[in-house]
Amino acid sequence: MRILLVDDSKTMRNIQKKALDALGTNEYCEAGDGVEALAQIAKATGPFDIVLVDWNMPNMDGLTFVTRVRQSDKKTPMVMVTTEAEKTRVIEAIKAGVNNYVIKPFTPDGLQEKVKLTLAKAAA
Amino acid sequence: MEQTSPTTTAAGPAATPAAAAGKDGGKISSKLILPFVNSTRQVFKTMVKVDTKILTPHRKENPLVSYDVSGIIGFSGEIIGSAVVSFQAAAARKLVEAFAGMDLELTSPDFADAIGELANMIAGSAKKDLGATANITVPSVVIGSGHLIARLSGVPCIVIPCETPVGNFAVEVNIKPSAK
Repeated sequence: MRILLVDDSKTMRNIQKKALDALGTNEYCEAGDGVEALAQIAKATGPFDIVLVDWNMPNMDGLTFVTRVRQSDKKTPMVMVTTEAEKTRVIEAIKAGVNNYVIKPFTPDGLQEKVKLTLAKAAA
Repeated sequence: MEQTSPTTTAAGPAATPAAAAGKDGGKISSKLILPFVNSTRQVFKTMVKVDTKILTPHRKENPLVSYDVSGIIGFSGEIIGSAVVSFQAAAARKLVEAFAGMDLELTSPDFADAIGELANMIAGSAKKDLGATANITVPSVVIGSGHLIARLSGVPCIVIPCETPVGNFAVEVNIKPSAK
């Protein structure tokens, strides 16, 4: 799978990679904020299989990033991975176009299940 | 000073905010402290994979008590102030190693990143249970012995001491509802 990880914490991106390695051999692209993530998408040779995106980041937050991506790409599955757990926030993210939501802290199993579920729904 | 009854959180000892009034006479609400007790336990259990024993939260009376490493998260909106996760150097290294999966030097940017993310998750997870809408900042990390962190004046700073098998740390909460 080609996976884009968007989080200002390199530690968090490493934790996500380790968890997702259990799902198979993956190619990862990483970004520290929404601006870098848009640049990664622009230079990519094809769409990513899935994008994991944090909410609170400098320069461009995750919600803004998701909104921008969805202006031209309605298909790429996107999972918000964030500490923002209020119901209003989840609704806001879904309205912006995320396909699933993972609340930090998470277990590797929990992240794997959400990613598998998201991919399965996208393929259906 | 608001008196609180002992509260037992799931799978942990009672943690009761201090009852002593400080010189500034500020009030302490357990509604603002308990979410941090719960989030700290949850973050360290899930992401660092260590069980955390939460000792009795108390008011920080001596502002000169300091640490070697601190991760700071600011609050804005209906709740203002800060939450700080602080460690002595040795404990910080061991806990970061358990979290990040590698031994990192204190001077490494990856070390600061890990500390920041721990602070982010503790504050972010607590936020939803504060009973108000708040925003949190991206983390700031301070590394250096004897650093002092400026607080909101007139607002008590509550220290939540935490013990783990690989080192101890503290979560210091200095928040209040913003004026309406």
